[in-house]
Amino acid sequence: MRLREALAAIAVVAAGLAALAAVTDGFRAATTDGALRVAVADRPRPLPQASLVDQSGRAFLLSDLRGRPVLVEFFYTSCPTICGLLVSRFQAALDGFVAQPSGREVVLLSVSFDSTHDTVAALADYAARLGADGHIWRLARVADPVEMRRLLDAFGVVVLPDGAGGFMHNAAVYRVDAEGRLAGIYDPDKTERAVAEAGG
Amino acid sequence: MILGLLLYVVLCLPPVAAGLEGSMLGHMLVQIPLLALAGGLVARAAAGGRPAALAGCNAGGFPGLFVALFAAAVWMLPRMLDAALASPLTEAAKFATVPLFVGAPLALSWKLLPTVARGFVWANLISHAAVLGWLYSVSPNRLCTRYLLDQQATLGAALLIVAASLAIALAWRAIAGTPVSRTPGTGHRPAEISEPA
Repeated sequence: MRLREALAAIAVVAAGLAALAAVTDGFRAATTDGALRVAVADRPRPLPQASLVDQSGRAFLLSDLRGRPVLVEFFYTSCPTICGLLVSRFQAALDGFVAQPSGREVVLLSVSFDSTHDTVAALADYAARLGADGHIWRLARVADPVEMRRLLDAFGVVVLPDGAGGFMHNAAVYRVDAEGRLAGIYDPDKTERAVAEAGG
Repeated sequence: MILGLLLYVVLCLPPVAAGLEGSMLGHMLVQIPLLALAGGLVARAAAGGRPAALAGCNAGGFPGLFVALFAAAVWMLPRMLDAALASPLTEAAKFATVPLFVGAPLALSWKLLPTVARGFVWANLISHAAVLGWLYSVSPNRLCTRYLLDQQATLGAALLIVAASLAIALAWRAIAGTPVSRTPGTGHRPAEISEPA
């Protein structure tokens, strides 16, 4: 290889590495989910307003929860797969809070994105089966589809019909800080870490 | 030239693009390679069928190969596939850069590369296709948020088939290809693996 070609090859490799670094946030994220995790960890992002109704029929705004850290998950009650794992993690977290109250009140919020089937009655039935107390752990729905879409976009949740009446969706636990900003995203099996970082 | 341009235009047609991008397999294993092929066909025709040494900067073909490998690596990232589906700007960037930075430099540099380098590229292509295929087949997580898990598994199976097919084809060429020949003055010279065009 001649000198000129060697220099050109080195320049191309340097430019190629720079391009790869640019599109992977410094080699930290190859997937869209990973990119959002990195972005949120670097800089917590504000969330849009959303009107929710919980399993008891109580209406509240997402911003009403400010002042307390909130762990959020997205699910639908008829999910045959990953949602069971998600809610079981919140069950374990709730059990932990009850057994060892930390003094800092963390809210667990499970938001259904299937507003058609997950009525307040359906949520109440599901919450009773899970043992969600409605105080620390609330199951909620968003009635307004536009607000729901904005909320899902803000959390980076993509919901796709699976062709069998259900949905494919991201499975993660989202930490919202006391200022109401999305501050952390965790795999379901890292829920304990999310609880710890929320101060629970 | 015309074939390459025609292929490119067809790939740009909205129904064709939407159809291919409707599945992860179509997006990653059909559309992107065909965009590269279109760029390669046009570049080779524009260069008059000769490899492009580019004033000595690409005499051995390595800089051109590296351009193609890095550009291909960028467009193989799951987040880039998602971004292409979500953003028209990224989609346009894909249609511009894949032919220009993957297909064209590869077509213009391939014949300049030493045989060993070409074999190295094929070997890496096969191993990467196999590893990615296995990863996509067994991963319980969606790597692309815009595609369903079963589409990811289908792509994984297809990549494994591609890897196996390439490995068998190259092994066959190596075993059943040109026998070891005697070149005057240089002793025995092993048969070259002649790669698919």
